[in-house]
Amino acid sequence: MNMEQQEQAGMKTTPMSMIQALRSAMDVMLERDPNVVVFGQDVGYFGGVFRCTEGLQKKYGTSRVFDAPISEGGIVGAAVGMGAYGLRPVPEIQFADYFYPASDQIVSEAARLRYRSAGEFTAPITIRMPCGGGIYGGQTHSQSPEALFTQVCGLRTVMPSNPYDAKGLLIASIENDDPVIFLEPKRLYNGPFDGHHENPVVPWSKHALGEVPEGYYTVPLESASVYRSGNQLTVLAYGTMVYVCEAAARETGIDAEIIDLRSLWPLDLDTIVASVKKTRRCVVVHEATRTCGFGAELMALVQENCFYHLEAPIERVTGWDTPYPHAQEWTYFPGPARVGAAFQRAVEA
Amino acid sequence: MTTYEPLRLHVPEPSARPGFETNFSYLHLSPAGAVRKPPLNVQPAQTSDLAFSLIRVLDDDAKAVGPWAPAVEPSVLLRGLRTMLKTRIFDARMLMAQRQKKLSFYMQSLGEEAIGSAHALALADGDMCFPTYRQQSLLMARNVPLVELICQLMSNERDPLKGRQLPVMYSVRRAGFFSISGNLATQFIQAVGWAMASAIKNDSKISSAWIGDGATAESDFHTALTFAHVYRAPVILNVVNNQWAISTFQAIAGGEGTTFAARGNGCGIPSLRVDGNDFLAVYAASQWAAARARSNMGPTLIEWVTYRAGPHSTSDDPSKYRPADDWKHFPLGDPIVRLKSHLIQLGVWSESEHEKLQSELEIEISAAQREAESFGTLLDGHIPNADSMFEDVYKVMPPHLRAQLKQVGA
Repeated sequence: MNMEQQEQAGMKTTPMSMIQALRSAMDVMLERDPNVVVFGQDVGYFGGVFRCTEGLQKKYGTSRVFDAPISEGGIVGAAVGMGAYGLRPVPEIQFADYFYPASDQIVSEAARLRYRSAGEFTAPITIRMPCGGGIYGGQTHSQSPEALFTQVCGLRTVMPSNPYDAKGLLIASIENDDPVIFLEPKRLYNGPFDGHHENPVVPWSKHALGEVPEGYYTVPLESASVYRSGNQLTVLAYGTMVYVCEAAARETGIDAEIIDLRSLWPLDLDTIVASVKKTRRCVVVHEATRTCGFGAELMALVQENCFYHLEAPIERVTGWDTPYPHAQEWTYFPGPARVGAAFQRAVEA
Repeated sequence: MTTYEPLRLHVPEPSARPGFETNFSYLHLSPAGAVRKPPLNVQPAQTSDLAFSLIRVLDDDAKAVGPWAPAVEPSVLLRGLRTMLKTRIFDARMLMAQRQKKLSFYMQSLGEEAIGSAHALALADGDMCFPTYRQQSLLMARNVPLVELICQLMSNERDPLKGRQLPVMYSVRRAGFFSISGNLATQFIQAVGWAMASAIKNDSKISSAWIGDGATAESDFHTALTFAHVYRAPVILNVVNNQWAISTFQAIAGGEGTTFAARGNGCGIPSLRVDGNDFLAVYAASQWAAARARSNMGPTLIEWVTYRAGPHSTSDDPSKYRPADDWKHFPLGDPIVRLKSHLIQLGVWSESEHEKLQSELEIEISAAQREAESFGTLLDGHIPNADSMFEDVYKVMPPHLRAQLKQVGA
C-alpha cells in the first residue's frame, strides 16, 4: 500500500479497470463541481470509443456531457473559451495521434493565456487523450507525443500507469488551474501490460493498484512514485513502460528501482536525484521515438544533477525513430528483452 | 472528341496596383435603405439575399433611411461620435510616439472606427468581446482609462500585462475585452466556447467574436461557424472586411465573386453584410444580432465592409502594393464625417462643436500620454522587472522556474 493509499485507508474501495477509474474521476468531479463539463467526439450518448464516459451523459445531462464535431482544434478552442468564462472543461481527444489540428489552441492559447493576460484569463482545462501502442493501431492510433507537450511552457503533462493513480491524478488535474495534458496509455486500460504480448491480458482486478476508492481523492501532481524499490540501478519510466521495466528486472534478476514519473512536466526531480545518487546507475525508458524524446531531457537532468555520483553511462531504451508500424508493432515496441539488455549494460559498465 | 485548353491557375488580383485607380465596383453596394429587415427568428436559408447585398442606413445626404434606421436618441449618437474621434486621435498620437521609439510597434484603426464604437452599444456589461488587434474602438467605447492603455503600449513599469505582450495586444477583462493573442483566428472559436459556457450555465451574457477578412481562411473560422451553429451559441460572429490583410487583397482570402457573409449561410447561420462605415447601420445590425443571441436564437454572422485606411502596422508600407490614395476613392467614405454630417443635419451638432470636441480630446489624450510616460517608456528602460518574467507561466511557480529565476539573479 503506497502513501496516498494509506491516507485514503478509510475509504471504501472497489476493483476498477483504468477505464472505470477514469470514469469514476469524471463522475466525482461532475458531481462536486457544477463548472466541470466533459465533451469530445463520441463521448456523449455513446460514452466514448474506449467507454471512459459511458453513462455520464445520462447522469448529468446533455449540457454537461456532450458530443463534439470532429474538430480537435474546435474542441480545444471551445474549451479555452469555456475556461475563460469560468468553467473547468475536460475535453477528450479520441486518440493522442489526432491532437495535431489542436496544436495552435494548445501551444499558443491554452498554455500562454495566463501569462499573456497577466492572470486576467486562465485556461483550467484538462485534455484527455489515449496514447501509446500495443493494440495494432498502426501509425495513427499508437503514438506517444508527450515530448511535444513537455517542451511547451505553461502546460502540465501527466501520464498515469494504473487505475488508482489514473483516478487520483485526473481529479488533481481537473482541480488544477493550469492546462493539463492527460495522456492515458490505452494498452493499460484493461490491465497491466509487461510487453509479453503473447500472454493473455491480466485484468486490473488481480493487481493491488486496481483497487480504487469509490469517492473523492487526489494523487498530487509533480510527484513521482517509487513503483519498485531497488539498489542496483534507477529506472525512469512512465505509463506502460513501468510494467515492462518490472518484467525486465524480474527476468534479469537485477535489483532495479523503478520510478514511475506520473507527472512528466513539471516533474518531481527530487525523487529522481535521490534515487540515482543511491543506486549510481540510471536507465531511461519510454515508448516514444528516441531523438529529442522526453528521455533526452531526463538524461540531461540526471547528468546535470548526479554526474559525480554516476558509475556508468546513462542508458536509454525507446521506440525506434520510425513511424509506429502496424505489422511490425512488436519490433518497434521496447519490450522486456531490450529493456533488460540495457539494465545489463548499466550494471556491467 | 472535345479538346480542352491547357489548364491554368487562377490567382486573384486587386483591380489596381500603385499608380492606378481601384475599381471598387467589386464591392456590389446597395443603396441606403434598400435592404429589407427580416424578423429576428428568420431562417438562415432566408437570409441569402442579405449576405449578398449591403445594409446601409445613411444616404448620400446623411439622412437615416429604410427599415434598418434605428430609433436611437441623438445623445447616443453623440457619444458614438466622441468614441470614434477619440479612437482616431489616440491612434494618431500613438503612431507618433512609435516614431519617437517610445513604443516598439503600433496598429491603428483609421477608417474602421465606427464598427467597434457602434457595436459596443449593443453589448451589455458582462458580455465578452474576443477582438483582433484593430478593435481599440471597443475599449474607447467602454471608457477604459487611457493611461492604462498607454502603459501597455509603452511596456513600462505600470504595464498591466507586465511587458509580456506586443503593444495593442490588450487584455481588459472588466471591459469585456478578451486578451488578444497575436495568432490569428484562434479567438473566433474561443468566443463560441465562451458563449456555449454562458448557455451551459443558463446565464444571460453573450459573446462577440472578431476576425478580419484575411484570417477567415484559417480553419478556426470555419470550426467556429460549425460549433456556433451546432450548439446555437449566443455569439455574434463579426468579420471585418477591410479589403487588405497586410499586402494581401481580400480576394486571396476567398472574397472574389462571393462575400464573407455568405460563409455563414452555408453553415446554417443567418448572415448580414453591412456598411461598416455607417455608424447607424452598424448600430442597428449589432442590436439585431445581439437580440437574437439573447433570445436563444443562436449566432449571427455579420460582414462589416470597410477599408483599412492606414498601413497594417507601423512595420508596413502600403504604397508598395496598393494605390496610395485608395481610401479617398473608397465609396463608403469616412465614418466620422458621415455621422458628423447626420448629426449636423439633425440639428444637434455643428462644425464648431466638432472642432471644440476635437481639441478637448487632443488635450485629454496628451495629458494621458504624459502621465503614462512618467511611469517609463520602452526607450528609457523603465520596464517591468525581470522577476515578473517568470510569473504566471503556471499559477504556482514550479521548481525549475524558481531555479531559472535565481540564475537570472534579478
